[in-house]
Amino acid sequence: MSFFLVASVIKIVVVFTVIMVGVALLTLAERRICAWMQDRLGPNRVGPQGLLQPAADGLKNLVKEETLPAQADKALFMLAPAMSFVPALLTFAVIPFAAPLPTPWGDVDMVVANLPVGFLYILAFGSLGVYGIVLAGWSSNNKYSLLGGLRASAQMISYEIAMGMSTVAVLLIAGNVTLGDVIAKESQSLFTWNVFPLSLAYFIFIVAAFAETNRLPFDLPEAEGELIAGYHTEYSAMKFSMFYIAEYSNMVTASALMTTLFFGGWDIPFTTWDNAPPWTPLKTLATLAMFSAKVLSFLFLYIWVRWTLPRFRYDQLMALGWKVMLPLALVYVTMIATAIWLLHDGLGWLYDTRFALALFALNLVLAVPLFFVLDRGRIVAGSVAEA
Amino acid sequence: MAIGVKVMKRPGTKVSYVRATLQGMALTFRHLFRPKVTMQYPEEKSSQDWTLSPRWRGTHRMLTDEQGRAKCVACGLCPQICPANCIKLVPGEDEAGNRYPLIYEIDEFRCVFCGYCQEVCPEEAIHVGVHYENSEFSRDRFVYDLERLCAQTHPVSTLWDPSDPKGE
Repeated sequence: MSFFLVASVIKIVVVFTVIMVGVALLTLAERRICAWMQDRLGPNRVGPQGLLQPAADGLKNLVKEETLPAQADKALFMLAPAMSFVPALLTFAVIPFAAPLPTPWGDVDMVVANLPVGFLYILAFGSLGVYGIVLAGWSSNNKYSLLGGLRASAQMISYEIAMGMSTVAVLLIAGNVTLGDVIAKESQSLFTWNVFPLSLAYFIFIVAAFAETNRLPFDLPEAEGELIAGYHTEYSAMKFSMFYIAEYSNMVTASALMTTLFFGGWDIPFTTWDNAPPWTPLKTLATLAMFSAKVLSFLFLYIWVRWTLPRFRYDQLMALGWKVMLPLALVYVTMIATAIWLLHDGLGWLYDTRFALALFALNLVLAVPLFFVLDRGRIVAGSVAEA
Repeated sequence: MAIGVKVMKRPGTKVSYVRATLQGMALTFRHLFRPKVTMQYPEEKSSQDWTLSPRWRGTHRMLTDEQGRAKCVACGLCPQICPANCIKLVPGEDEAGNRYPLIYEIDEFRCVFCGYCQEVCPEEAIHVGVHYENSEFSRDRFVYDLERLCAQTHPVSTLWDPSDPKGE
């Protein structure tokens, strides 16, 4: 028991530190990649290649003046940054990030909290993030902040549904809500990674994940052209910085979630060496590197998309969420459930590569009409063409 | 919905969303590896694409003769023509009857950098310079006295020549 406590505390400290440092470097990566995409160099002055820029930014934010609007609701105004920051970090607690580490006192699971209901925990805490933003918008007592908060709540609630629906398909295959079991089911071969048997669920999930993290093209809550800076207009110094850290922590968590649910978690493709005991420290390190590589590529995707796509109009956002994503997710879950039932109970197949490839073929067939319809631009053209 | 959005009838290729998105992503990805246009200022002060024009009118410079004295004869034309009234000139005269400036000060904060002083100067003494790095820690440092104007070493502006309007 005491070993469990010590191991947990060490894991909490290490994971928290790594995420905080990662988030700091992510802000730098965002600025430099954005600069490269615009044929600029970006911040490269502070430290080698600008690596100390986040430290300089942090120091600046610590010593800046904290403003408190006279008409703001003081308690909630102070609480809101923490409320958006904490759930973003809490979600990461249940994500397994490497193979178990053997120690003289027993194997240590490389996950901060090995919850049997890890998946439900993620859905629960993922939804809590909206409170920080809504409360920030409301307590600022500023019409633009309030509009930003309203948009955030509408957007996050809309896409939460599609996101939850798309992950139901993952649960249908895994047959369990423990994230460790999801990864174990996925790591049989490359094609059992859920991105293949559930490609469309992954598509829905990634769109919803962009909306959930308030990143472009879904950054309406802070649309600077319309709402100044949306919900964090009135915030300054470290409180503002907290929103910033929360946004990037959310990105890290969403990327880790995509990795876990659809890209095999810490599984190394093309080999089964890494998924079976006996566990060795080398396996832990290799799988940790694999997990980090996958998460980093998703983070790059986030940044890449942000600096490519323009923002949606508000009615387009709602139309996409309610008229496309939600029905699509519902229909897709029905079809995938039917397919799994046919393959599993009808033909008696067990879940393996053949099973996954059969589902992948179904996905390809469904993807053609879906992308044909999406590509016609009906969704983004405007919602009241025939008024 | 109450808001009416005007929707144009356009062919499928024009309203494509998925294809346009992918094209845009490919474009930004290609730009990641393009050569960068940033000129790293304190280290590089000019590049192939960006050099200061020889006609640039920056902070002033007073030219000097062989003995190191200012060429100025205190004729008073430059304070006369100066539209910003930024030149302060008090003329003096030595034993040989040569006029010279006792006080010659230019307030670079008042100056509008029109270059009239250089154009009007009969002795080609006062010039506007091809120079732009002028930062100081206090306001009074921006009133350049005669000694400081003579000590400047930057190139002087060629101004605009009406007989050669394109600078060829």
